Amino acid sequence: MKVPVRITVNGRLIEREVEPRLLLVHFLRVFAELTGTKVGCDTSQCGSCTVLIDGVSAKSCTTLAVQADGADVTTIEGLADGEKLHALQESFWNKHGLQCGFCTPGMILASHELLRTNASPSDDEIRHGLEGNICRCTGYQNIVRAVRDAAGTVAAADK
Amino acid sequence: MFAADFEYYRAGSVAEAGQLLAAHPGAKLLAGGHSLIPLLKLRLAAPAAVIDIGRIAELRGISTDGDGLRIGALATHAEIAASDAVREHAAALAEAAGQIGDPAVRNRGTIGGNVAHADPASDLPTVLAALGATVTVAGSGGERSIAVGDFFTGVMTTSLGENDLLTSIRVPSAAGRGTAYVKFSHPASRYAVIGVAVSLGIGTKGGGWISKIKGEQKETVCTEAAVAVGGLVPTPVRCGAVEAALNDQPPTAETFAAAAAAASGDIGDDLLGDVFASGEYRKAVAPVYVRRAIEAAAGRAG
Repeated sequence: MKVPVRITVNGRLIEREVEPRLLLVHFLRVFAELTGTKVGCDTSQCGSCTVLIDGVSAKSCTTLAVQADGADVTTIEGLADGEKLHALQESFWNKHGLQCGFCTPGMILASHELLRTNASPSDDEIRHGLEGNICRCTGYQNIVRAVRDAAGTVAAADK
Repeated sequence: MFAADFEYYRAGSVAEAGQLLAAHPGAKLLAGGHSLIPLLKLRLAAPAAVIDIGRIAELRGISTDGDGLRIGALATHAEIAASDAVREHAAALAEAAGQIGDPAVRNRGTIGGNVAHADPASDLPTVLAALGATVTVAGSGGERSIAVGDFFTGVMTTSLGENDLLTSIRVPSAAGRGTAYVKFSHPASRYAVIGVAVSLGIGTKGGGWISKIKGEQKETVCTEAAVAVGGLVPTPVRCGAVEAALNDQPPTAETFAAAAAAASGDIGDDLLGDVFASGEYRKAVAPVYVRRAIEAAAGRAG
């Protein structure tokens, strides 16, 4: 059985006939050809597959493509405005919030969710907000600094 | 990981979901998918058909209803944690929902899926047991209500029938009482190694004319204690001995400690363990979490 799905990925409508068992992360990587979204643990614990579905964070390894039918999905590739990086991307760069970079797309989209729900989080709230995302390189210190920095930039931009 | 192939049907209403269930014996219902999809990927479940109920509008929403809450099956953990109505009438439920998994999981996971999945390491069933909730089910014989105490029948097993669809959960208001949920989280999965939910009132006894004749003073005491423990047992356990040790006793540290110590008998010996924490360890530690949950609830009471 194949099911038609229409998913808008970073503003581009993609229509495919898919097997219902196809995961959203594979739809993004194979059909949308956007490999920024990673498959890490594949058990919804590590967060490297985090994307935004209709603006809200979700783990795309635990979401079927058919569940996102009709939705707007944002991946790491859709966060920058052309050549201009998103404040979170700038801050992860400036504060060295990554080493190998595998967890980074998920970290940045989980941070996006955190700042959506809490514009000026404390360090403790940043750590809790990112508890669904695992990094094996940085020890998290610079990730927390990056999110704190981005929160300041976003707040300044809103004034 | 890839699930075994299945046929996919999307239901537009509860009635349509019922027809699809009847037409596809053994089909699984899909809401947020955060319990079902992991099972499908591990091939612990391989249903021939999956019926998506995730877009049925009548299953959404949280509302106050008479003397309590009506929580639609599709209410997400994030919605429950952020709901003013839930915080007012069942603070422990909002507290527990806000501790499930992580933010992205809470955005997708639903209360109906969580409860129907009946994972013993889950948080919400324990809270619902302490709050005396009832589950509303649409089945081939119409709609019916099941008390939470009769709903969970074993590890990942409930009294739901083949053609039943859990539509909503009714939670009586605990406003005026203090409620709390305290858990020992598994460090990776955030599932409950031990979870304790408490609902507690603080009232007075004595002070009537008989007491005056007898010369007794009015006394502040614990009332309406309800304590449930989950995580280390197949289904949430109501702790009758702990509750009895609280009711009519003064809300003091001594009372709470003595009551919590009674939890071992309530928990019994049908224990769950894993490589992280054995059943014996969990049972030995459980009274500490019972005491903390009682203290937290007492702090919010009155």
